[in-house]
Amino acid sequence: MAKHHIAATVNGDPVEFLCETEDTLLDVLRDQLGLTGTKEGCGTGDCGACSVTVDGRLVCSCLLLGVEAGGRSIGTIEGMARGEELHPLQRKFLEHAALQCGVCTPGFLVAAKALLEGSPDPTETEVRYWLAGNLCRCTGYDKIVRAVLDAAAEMRGA
Amino acid sequence: MQEKVKNGGASEFKWVGTRAVRPDGVDKVTGRAKFGADLAMQGQLVGRVLRSPHPHARIRSIDTSAAAKLPGVKAIVTRDDFKDQPSEFIPAGEMMINYRDVVRNVMAREKALYEGHPVAAVAATSVSVAREALKLIKVDYEMLPHVIDVVEAMQPGAPLLHEDMITAGVEPAPKTPSNVAKRIEFGHGDIAAGFAQADVVVERSFTTKPVHQGYIEPHACVASVSEDGQAELWVTTQGHWIVRAHCARLLGWDVGKIRVTASEIGGGFGGKTVVYLEPIALALSRKARRPVKMVMTREEVFRASGPTSGAHVRIKIGARKDGRIVAAEGELKYQAGAFAGSPVQPGAMCAFAPYDLENVKVVGYDVVTNRPKVAAYRAPGGPISEFAVECVIDEIAKRIGMDPIELRLKNAAKQGTKAAYGPKFGPVGFIETLEAAKSHAHWRTPLGKNQGRGVASGFWFNIGGETSVSLLLNEDGTLSLTAGTPDIGGSRAALCMMAAEELGVELDKIRVQIGDTGQLGYNFLTGGSRATFSSGMATVEAAREVMKEACKRAAKLWELPEDAVEYKDGGVRPAGPNAGKHSPMTLRDIAGVAGKTGGPIAGYARINAHGAAPSFATHIADVEVDPETGKVSVVRYTAIQDAGRAIHPSYVEGQYQGGVAQGIGWALNEEYIYGDDGKLQNPGFLDYRVPVASDLPMIDTVIVEVPNPRHPYGVRGVGETPIVPPMAAIANAIENATAVRFTDLPMSPPKVLAALDEARAKGAAKI
Repeated sequence: MAKHHIAATVNGDPVEFLCETEDTLLDVLRDQLGLTGTKEGCGTGDCGACSVTVDGRLVCSCLLLGVEAGGRSIGTIEGMARGEELHPLQRKFLEHAALQCGVCTPGFLVAAKALLEGSPDPTETEVRYWLAGNLCRCTGYDKIVRAVLDAAAEMRGA
Repeated sequence: MQEKVKNGGASEFKWVGTRAVRPDGVDKVTGRAKFGADLAMQGQLVGRVLRSPHPHARIRSIDTSAAAKLPGVKAIVTRDDFKDQPSEFIPAGEMMINYRDVVRNVMAREKALYEGHPVAAVAATSVSVAREALKLIKVDYEMLPHVIDVVEAMQPGAPLLHEDMITAGVEPAPKTPSNVAKRIEFGHGDIAAGFAQADVVVERSFTTKPVHQGYIEPHACVASVSEDGQAELWVTTQGHWIVRAHCARLLGWDVGKIRVTASEIGGGFGGKTVVYLEPIALALSRKARRPVKMVMTREEVFRASGPTSGAHVRIKIGARKDGRIVAAEGELKYQAGAFAGSPVQPGAMCAFAPYDLENVKVVGYDVVTNRPKVAAYRAPGGPISEFAVECVIDEIAKRIGMDPIELRLKNAAKQGTKAAYGPKFGPVGFIETLEAAKSHAHWRTPLGKNQGRGVASGFWFNIGGETSVSLLLNEDGTLSLTAGTPDIGGSRAALCMMAAEELGVELDKIRVQIGDTGQLGYNFLTGGSRATFSSGMATVEAAREVMKEACKRAAKLWELPEDAVEYKDGGVRPAGPNAGKHSPMTLRDIAGVAGKTGGPIAGYARINAHGAAPSFATHIADVEVDPETGKVSVVRYTAIQDAGRAIHPSYVEGQYQGGVAQGIGWALNEEYIYGDDGKLQNPGFLDYRVPVASDLPMIDTVIVEVPNPRHPYGVRGVGETPIVPPMAAIANAIENATAVRFTDLPMSPPKVLAALDEARAKGAAKI
């Protein structure tokens, strides 16, 4: 069967790609568009390493088909920094040492950004439940939660 | 709240002990960092593995002819593509390996020994072709009875995995084969005489389930073998020299023909110290003459890569009323999975290591079962045996009415203590962790309803080993540091900090990379909590070589003897009677004149790092038990551990916190669940539930620093000890909350509820 021709927006740029029906958005991002910052940890929507936003909504890109991305606006980790300037969450993750191996980090950052966009002043419990769909096996989450709370405070100007 | 107990006084340093941003940090928060599955090579094929659907079956034949004819299939490998290997146990860090078994685990030969065991592999032009090809491979299996449980596997008449397995370590050698690969024994003194002096004796049996390391990044590699046999391998691994050695051996190739590059590694915890896909990918690439990329699915990771052992453990401890332990005995039965080599030996060695005992004996059994072969998992073997010991210690304390920290203080190992496994300890910080626990606010804070508090301690040996590091002084005075231990949790930062400290230069003048196997001499893997210890030691040596060479070059310029020049504050100056005769030169000045004073300047350290020192920990856990559902929540946790010296305190704390989180998962949720059919029922993160952010509290840490005198900065390994105490700390806390003693892991809600109901019926539960 012929591949599908899909047009979408990724990190603000127009993109076109060809994909098989069965290709996930994650496959397309990584294999067609070369955006390997989005990771595959499970392929079943359980680990959150492949977190992206689709029209502003946080999703696991392994649970969406590439063809479903047509006409949509996708946000990935590669679109998070502005030029040389890291997003406050990226900076706070570094300052708080909120990563060890770093493979879950892009997913956590994309998820945390989506949280703060909807909820600029979350409690610790809200952060923990929002990020419960992102697995980290290295840190015990302590420094991740602190980094998100600290970034939120900075972004509020607190 | 993060606290730090100072014994060394870190203010003497500019970089060591600070919380600098890690040099690889920006790459990791922007998605730039390249992990195992992130490399694509031109013209690469997709490699896929056909796995046994049966837990135990003889493989009569494998027919690949139909698959080979499928358009797009470029190579197929089976057992016929790997030469058999002689049986010989070789030390491999904390574990032993036997290439006869490694080759069989990589690709099944006579039998498939677990569900998920590789039987064949293909390389094809697309995922769909590869998948179709696997379906076309015909394997004729003769089904055999299987055995999953360790105690059942030891019974006479149990299905035999290896018909020629005669238990080692038993005199005289048994005449008949069994599933018991080995019996081991450690100890000293007279157990019977010791127990005769005891006022209290507690004996309990415990079981633990296999748990997986649960790294978020699945195994992945890309192999490319050229027409003349030169091989490139990109792989996520804890040790690329180890991968090279294993692949060369299994494929019969020269070591020097294989260049292995370690990708960034997305977690390992011991699980990425062995080979699975790598020899297969190389073999496929050699046949196809094209690059082959292989990535495991999460399901394959669970079914076919090593978890740690499940075990059955019996512990008996006798103590006098004053709290002195007079005898201790343990019997450990560890599942090895399909091939010999469980971590029962380190488990036996560290079972009683925290205590100064006159009479101690530990016996261990290494037992094969129809499960995936176990791999190292953070302090391999230790958490299992020490869980049991720390629970019995708690019960002893309760029986004699003594505070459990006091009881431990009364028996704590210290400098000069002869460990049950033989050697005498040098300076160790166990007592310091107990004192820190006793004085911690957590220990005195009142508990709420349905809550309980537990304490437990832990020990791990730590290792050194072969290590190479290079440090190049660039022409502008900046430096390029190359280490060979993959950075799994911030070690690049620690190495740069030690180098900057030695050289007296700014941290950002040093760029650090993890070199490939062609760039440095042999490096043993990142494991055994050795990376910061060993590569740190080598980095310091390389830095001192650069400093010495800088003095030599200045001496030449100044026409002074070499020993008349000293290195100080990031540069060189005349020393002694010549002091002040020439203006000091910075390292940058020296770099600028390197060409005319003798050529490029570099330090290269190649060492076998000796002097690794153990790290002890004491943890305090508060739990809340839901009397209606049996759900246990950890509501407060404090991890106290001796780091020797924390080079980068944030990453030391991170090790403590991460180990605690894994320990909490082990204690409360995680387990491999098998059906009667011998198949794993929970091969995914939905049903194999690792702790998520909403399951955990903040994890407080206290870094105790009793410097290791054998390391230039006092470093002890810190990565493994933190997973040792949590299971017992939590079991002890649950007992404190409920008056019910749990001896079987995981302490999951159904089990806790059933035990509470049973105890309540007898009026024996507190809640």
